[in-house]
Amino acid sequence: MIVSEQKPFEEILQMMEGEQSIFLVGCNGCAESSGTGGKAQVAEMKSRLEQEGKKVVGTTSVDFLCDKGLVKARLARRASQIREADSLLVMTCGVGVQATAAVVAKPVHPACNTISLGGSRGEWRGSERCQECGDCLLDTTGGLCPLTVCTKGLINGPCGGAKNGKCEFQPKTKDCGWQLIYDRLKKLGRLDKMKVVVEPKDYSKMEVPEEIRHTARWAVEQREEEAVTK
Amino acid sequence: MKLTERFESGEFVVTSEIGPPKGVDVAKMLEEAELMRGRVHAINITDQQSSVMRLGALAVCKLLKDKDIDSVFQLTCRDRNRIALQSDLLSASVFGLENVLCLTGDYVSLGDHPQAKPVFDMDSISLIQAAVALRDGRDIAGNELQGKPDFCLGAVVAPAADPVEPQIIKMEKKVKVGAQFFQTQAVYEPEKFEQFMNQVRHLGVPVMLGIVLLKSAGMARFMNKNVAGVHVPDSLIDEMDRADDRVKKSIEIAARLTNEMKDMCQGVHIMPIGWEKHVPAVLDAAGL
Repeated sequence: MIVSEQKPFEEILQMMEGEQSIFLVGCNGCAESSGTGGKAQVAEMKSRLEQEGKKVVGTTSVDFLCDKGLVKARLARRASQIREADSLLVMTCGVGVQATAAVVAKPVHPACNTISLGGSRGEWRGSERCQECGDCLLDTTGGLCPLTVCTKGLINGPCGGAKNGKCEFQPKTKDCGWQLIYDRLKKLGRLDKMKVVVEPKDYSKMEVPEEIRHTARWAVEQREEEAVTK
Repeated sequence: MKLTERFESGEFVVTSEIGPPKGVDVAKMLEEAELMRGRVHAINITDQQSSVMRLGALAVCKLLKDKDIDSVFQLTCRDRNRIALQSDLLSASVFGLENVLCLTGDYVSLGDHPQAKPVFDMDSISLIQAAVALRDGRDIAGNELQGKPDFCLGAVVAPAADPVEPQIIKMEKKVKVGAQFFQTQAVYEPEKFEQFMNQVRHLGVPVMLGIVLLKSAGMARFMNKNVAGVHVPDSLIDEMDRADDRVKKSIEIAARLTNEMKDMCQGVHIMPIGWEKHVPAVLDAAGL
């Protein structure tokens, strides 16, 4: 199971600065089990945002947000509401946020930090990758993870190594991650996000926090493996 | 002397570049440095350039310092995490080095140890932030230092990159966090450089035009195909193709490009890539 935790509400509000209408997307898969993006949390987020004067133009929950096909089908039905929204707040792991960002032409904000994929990659069939960094940056990068889409994992913009939109690592085949991010942000009219200086990452968050290792949920996760090794 | 002091006094600043040897025989490298003595304001010492393992830039900068030659200490994020990078910055300061160039670094696959684990714990932005913090007397974790280092901080940008906008966005961020001067990737098209300078003038930061000596038409074609952010126009490739004396032609082109663009910027950085001995001739031809 993919373990996530909600970002502080202040950080979520900051991501939406200057935006009025929001569409909320929850996930009935791991995010529901994590208590971060199930139907209950979506309803709670809706009321908290409304208290802050935001207009929630619609909400939906998808069984597995990591399944791009499913996301596409489900969101297509809500196209008119989504068109009305300034952005989408996606309440799930980094894979689900990237899958959503890939199928809507709107800015997408991550409501959660992904703590651990727990060996699972969800139902995802696309190219989106999440490194469980515990401090999601997808808001600043148009919903494309800079840690995984950029070979060097750069968080503040491109290096000087791309040629014709390709990465110096595999110049024939590998896209420059920051070219993709730049193109996406430009298309969304949100290049301002790229201008924000992102502080050095706290890589200690890539380890699962001790308080999560202590939980019954984590123990259940690990049980099968332990049974095999006994 | 800090390059920033020269910019402030209105000098047109000239730098060149030397790559440390693979091994410990520094005789040839020091000869090249001697040739540049008095002709350039400082010599960039590259940091494992193209990800090829070699003698370290810190040691070479110190060797030059002992000979009273100013250097620009290049520092990349490829091989060291934030602990090692900050430590090397402190070491540089203790050695009396005053100019640091903060770079991301090429990917490891480009060099002779493609198996290496790439680091990139920090990027060029956070490296500048770290250097600024150290200068202010604290490391980036907020811990106080005993004695502050003192250096000026440079960064790089590629004016001929396509598209150039992401480069400019990152350049703006570098200035915001404390970059004090820029050296550019090689530029061969004065019109493109002029457009670029117009787009970054508002940043108010000195820019040094990058010149890579063209050694042959083949090298120019190779760069067009493979080197990021570099474009050599066909007219220059033809010129090199037709030249009887490649060295003479190369010097002539480098001097001409420098003269065409020097009024647009605050300095020039000549990257000889193996032709270090010809740098004085380029400067003679350019009247510098």
